Amino acid sequence: MADSKQDQADKLKAAGAGKAHGHVAKGHVASGDGQTRRSFISWVVVGWAAFAACMGGLATITMRFFAPNVLYEPQQTFRAGAVSEYAPGEVSTRWKSKFGIWIVRLDDRVVALSTICTHLGCTPNWLASEQKFKCPCHGSAFRMNGINFEGPAPRPLERHKIYLDDEGIMVVDKTVSFRQERGQWDEPESFVAV
Amino acid sequence: MDTLKHVINVLSAPQVSFLAAAIAFFFVFPPTDRFQSWNRRLRLDWLWTVKGGILLHALVIGAFFLSTLDPNFRAIVTKPDNVPIALLLFGTLFFLWLSMKQACDNDARLANDQKPNEYTDPSESKILVWPDLVYIELIAGILCMAALIFWSIALEAPLEEPANPTLSPNPAKAPWYFLGLQEMLVYFDPWLAGVVFPVIIIVGLMSLPYIDTEPGGSGYYSYSDRKLYVSLFMFGWLLLWVYLIIVGAFMRGPNWNFFGPYERWDLHKVVALTNINLSSLIWVKLLNQPLPDNIIIREMFGIAMLGFHFLVIPPLLAMTILKKFYARMGNVKYAVFMFLSMAAVSLPIKMFLRWTINLKYVVAIPGWFNL
Ligand code: FES
Repeated sequence: MADSKQDQADKLKAAGAGKAHGHVAKGHVASGDGQTRRSFISWVVVGWAAFAACMGGLATITMRFFAPNVLYEPQQTFRAGAVSEYAPGEVSTRWKSKFGIWIVRLDDRVVALSTICTHLGCTPNWLASEQKFKCPCHGSAFRMNGINFEGPAPRPLERHKIYLDDEGIMVVDKTVSFRQERGQWDEPESFVAV
Repeated sequence: MDTLKHVINVLSAPQVSFLAAAIAFFFVFPPTDRFQSWNRRLRLDWLWTVKGGILLHALVIGAFFLSTLDPNFRAIVTKPDNVPIALLLFGTLFFLWLSMKQACDNDARLANDQKPNEYTDPSESKILVWPDLVYIELIAGILCMAALIFWSIALEAPLEEPANPTLSPNPAKAPWYFLGLQEMLVYFDPWLAGVVFPVIIIVGLMSLPYIDTEPGGSGYYSYSDRKLYVSLFMFGWLLLWVYLIIVGAFMRGPNWNFFGPYERWDLHKVVALTNINLSSLIWVKLLNQPLPDNIIIREMFGIAMLGFHFLVIPPLLAMTILKKFYARMGNVKYAVFMFLSMAAVSLPIKMFLRWTINLKYVVAIPGWFNL
């Protein structure tokens, strides 16, 4: 015991002397347990780097978690078949789950109705027996042509661009929409005349 | 039996049940001395005694279990989602009774010049954290864990298909604590019901301690000392929150139609609910005229109604039945208090108008303000 104390005292003295006279080379100053300053600093760097990496990973995972697990951009244009495939007065739910579109054949035109409720965005259901679209979230209802008449929805369903291609097949383009309250439902691209 | 069920179904329609509940409410939770004397005369305060409580709970629980004999009722309340909500409602009832009982006991003691039950002599009102408090916390924690484990094993979580944006479940329901908000969304513009009202509710609750600065009744349960406040708060809590949660959880079925407790959730129930704005109701139906083009003229009746509700009624009250209250509160506090109360009252009024005459908006200025 006495020995080791003596040792330490010697070491301290040596270190002190070294510093005072600048004789001991940088990085070789021995600390109490034989670790050099250089190795200490490199361990600190490694440690902090690992910590930062962990936090970064955690942050990345968290950010990823905020992004929902859905496919964002399904195809925006699709061919919906010939006009003759739709009976007069029919609301076709054929493209509902794939593209979110009802093809509706009204008296004088075929239109592509969006399946997004204008209230808060749920998907209404077509009730054939009552001839209306009814939303399951807060009970808004829309007539066959898309006009809202029940519940809280503030405006009619939107219609999307629909046109005939060279082969006479209807093409729906969801990137363009037409709103009734802006008086856009008579624009030529919003329907295919029959 | 079937006629009884039918009668209950009819009575539970919101326009009937809400009105009845709202009227009964002020006798059970009297806001003023006058109401309180009626409350005493009808012996309604008997509800908040031990005997009254036992009878109340026996009736409610008995009616509930009797109702589970009905297949439609059973199908709804035994859904894994709904079981905890039902338990929660029983809990709400019990704690409502408990706190009201404590309040009434204290009222009686104070009337006899005694100290309230919660009063303790400052010299001996010490409790040791260890072991008294820590043990209680430990036991409470263990009981909670046990209940949660039991719950998670007994009631299966409804696992559904992966999310599909083009498929909304029918009916699509918010979690139970938001059902009141979802119900509000049915009657108001989404911007108002989803953003403005919740903010008013939160800010309003936060402002309570600044509005009600009267020291009477603080530190112990009491009713008589703060009738108006307790009554108004209970109105918001029981009728505008709990009632709407019950309706949202148990009575809104497919297509968000309203169903009585013993009614089958029929996907094809037909209800005609065609909306009408106040402007068209008055101009077209009553006055037989086309809608005026000028928006302000078109909506003037609705605007006048709103103005009357928020700007005329409060001063009127301040000059008549709330005179003393107004004098105590001063202008600013009274104005804030009245704005919050009138907003809270306007909510059921609007819902009631929708239920009865399918009113869509009182004031409809599309894209700018719909109420
Ligand atoms: S989202 Fe359709 S009614 Fe609310």
